[in-house]
Amino acid sequence: MEKLVQTLKEEIIEALNLVEMVPEDINEEAPLFVDGLGLDSIDALELTVLLEKKYGIKIKTAEEGKKILYSVKSMADCIIAGGKAWD
Amino acid sequence: MAVRVFVTGIGIISSIGFNCEETEDSLKSGKTGIGTMKNLVSVHSGEIPVAEVPASNEELEDLARIRKTGYSSRTTLLGIIAAGEALRCSGLDEDIGSFRTGLISATTVGGMDRSEKFFKSYIQHKSGGRLRYIVTHDCGDSTAAIADTFGIRDHVSTISTACSSSANAILTGARLIKGGLLDRVIAGGTDALSLFTLNGFNSLMILDKKGCRPFDEDRNGLTLGEGSAFIVMESETVTARIGKKLLCEVSGYGNACDAYHQTASSPEGGGAYLSMKQALHCSGLTPDMIDYINAHGTGTKNNDLSEGRAIERLFGYLPVKFSSTKAFTGHTLGAAGAVEAVLGIMAIRNGWIYPNPGFARQMSELRITPEKKLIRNTRIRNLMSNSFGFGGNNTSLIFSEC
Amino acid sequence: MKIFINGQSAISPQETFTGNSLPDNPVNYSANGFIKCIEPSVREYIDPMTARRMSRIIRFGVCSAIQCLRNADAGNPGAIITGTGLGCLDDTEKFLRTMHNNEEKLLNPTPFIQSTHNTLSSAIAIIIGCNSYNSTYVHRGGSFENALTDAILLLRENSAENVLVGGVDELTDTSFNITSRLGFWKREPVESLRLLDYKGRGSLAGEGMTFFLLSNVKNERSFAVTEMPELFHKPADAAASEEKIRSFISRTCQEGSIDLVLMGLNGDISNDEIYHNLSGRLFSGIPRAYYKHLCGEYDTSSAFAMFIAAEIIRNQTVPRVMQLDGGPAGKIRNVLIYNHQRNNIHSLMLLSGC
Repeated sequence: MEKLVQTLKEEIIEALNLVEMVPEDINEEAPLFVDGLGLDSIDALELTVLLEKKYGIKIKTAEEGKKILYSVKSMADCIIAGGKAWD
Repeated sequence: MAVRVFVTGIGIISSIGFNCEETEDSLKSGKTGIGTMKNLVSVHSGEIPVAEVPASNEELEDLARIRKTGYSSRTTLLGIIAAGEALRCSGLDEDIGSFRTGLISATTVGGMDRSEKFFKSYIQHKSGGRLRYIVTHDCGDSTAAIADTFGIRDHVSTISTACSSSANAILTGARLIKGGLLDRVIAGGTDALSLFTLNGFNSLMILDKKGCRPFDEDRNGLTLGEGSAFIVMESETVTARIGKKLLCEVSGYGNACDAYHQTASSPEGGGAYLSMKQALHCSGLTPDMIDYINAHGTGTKNNDLSEGRAIERLFGYLPVKFSSTKAFTGHTLGAAGAVEAVLGIMAIRNGWIYPNPGFARQMSELRITPEKKLIRNTRIRNLMSNSFGFGGNNTSLIFSEC
Repeated sequence: MKIFINGQSAISPQETFTGNSLPDNPVNYSANGFIKCIEPSVREYIDPMTARRMSRIIRFGVCSAIQCLRNADAGNPGAIITGTGLGCLDDTEKFLRTMHNNEEKLLNPTPFIQSTHNTLSSAIAIIIGCNSYNSTYVHRGGSFENALTDAILLLRENSAENVLVGGVDELTDTSFNITSRLGFWKREPVESLRLLDYKGRGSLAGEGMTFFLLSNVKNERSFAVTEMPELFHKPADAAASEEKIRSFISRTCQEGSIDLVLMGLNGDISNDEIYHNLSGRLFSGIPRAYYKHLCGEYDTSSAFAMFIAAEIIRNQTVPRVMQLDGGPAGKIRNVLIYNHQRNNIHSLMLLSGC
């Protein structure tokens, strides 16, 4: 889990071009959107692409997306569950 | 006192007709242009509906009445066809040089239908790709081609502000006439379908696989279309001097920036409210004098909520009639403002209020609902037409009977 | 009604951005067909969370726009208008590449969003919180002039008191490669400041992001006045061009005569013919200068020309590196700018002192 969380943080920083951030800056439990990192709808789409491309997770609805992309931890949980628990 | 600006000619080509007459027939009969991709070749064909002009580029070259070279972009061909019709409608095809005449066109994709072909080869190798396919890339190319075809030289410009582009072309054209810089302006826009836009909007996940359903509670996105439309505007001085048939008056316009986000509209529709308010102020009209709003109404969750709220805020409890014609024509992007202006002018001339195909359930956040059926034999004194683009570029036009 | 320049800013291949002045010690590039902008420190203008999505042209365009507003000490303008010949090329290419390489699947939306031509106009509006009129012109070598026409019209309508107007274009590897294949640029290495010494075909590709704060109200920062520009298309011959220029001068140059002509000579022997032709006729006896060896050739280079002309008026001096035949002897009151793009679009602007 820890390794996945670390990798995810690096991938998020790269995918969203968060140039001045390092993985240590991201709290895996904190919300990614609105509060916390303050990401927006475009970032949500970019993360959706990342999850599908690298991990094969297909987010089908906006509601599903809100749950999965809530935090780094929720993304990691989803990946570990192979995407199935979230259907 | 500011000079008045009248519309003396209109031209249009879209998925619902190759010209004004066919377009009116489709609107009367409720025939929409949304269906399966036939011309554009994409992996998404069969999965994503679009509103294509049912003609190949070769067929469009015939309709454009230009020498067949195969060198023009699809955007250019559509533009020449619609501009030609508008000029003939106005009688300007035989009279272009007698007054200061300008052309303002608008586009978002320009020659992208050819550029993306070029790129396919170019990315394999830097010496790949036929140069003929890339020299038509820029937005100004189609405008220059239209200007050259019809001999317009006094003023030629191109606007690109995403989905409000051709509405801004009309707005700017009217201002140039009122400002005394030009006597006549042919203003409008043109956009062809391309893989670039199809995939671009798909990556934003705002294409409705069931076809757009503007202002419907279950709406799920827009449907891309293609087309072109132009209107001929002339100053009061010119029309009085040479006695022209007037289709309507351009009585007001407004442009404002939402300044909220690059793609999303502010939830309360601040920019939309401002542009509509400005257009009213410009025209000297009050909200109760607007008989019909041709809404931007793309069918996305975001736009329809934002625009709906702005309409409610501006019109209050007035029973203003509105609908989106994008379920007929698809969202023609840079051409949308002009396409819908032409539909609006047809509505004024024919006494119609358009229905909103695809609408079934009222949006839970709104009080208002769009028109469900075509209304005929009604009088439209003043019509408002909205076009709202990415980057929060919001434009509203008002056309009035005359 | 006079239209005042109350502030301006230029990011260019010269040190025009820091110091905001004429290139007294201009940078001389050993150029292989192109010169590129000296890059600003983006951090001073845009916070990282906002800048992260922006391509180079947007970042630099925003920097230039914000610096222009700072120079003018103006609040939010009543309009934001940009002109760009080719728009956001880098993002367009990025999206096209992935679209083809990934066979239209799993595409990142950011480059698509950032590729729309009005991305810069709206980015400026979002950053400064400006709900006013906003437009973008994309018509080749006339893009900036179209934007300037709209800006001046707004001011004359009294629809705004201040308008931010700019001309921006970027040079990417791809745009350079493609235009090289079209034969636009010098094939041999050249020293940019000696551009006119190399006879023959081709010019130097360039880029720039130039902004002006125009106003219909004069204040202590006003340093020049601009007239409505004029474009004319595909003149039949030099005589036709001359007639247009004469007519423009008589319409716009109210006080005194032309003290300096700033011309768009770009080092291509065929392109420059008209300028030499007119130098012997209409411009005979008028001091002449040129600017494209400083900024390169690109669709909105006339914005850079306007910047330079305004600085010349402000400082009352023409840098030697720009002079064709010795500078003006006395006061520089009226500067005519004449440029054309491949003999398709010809542009005229007049700046005067105020």
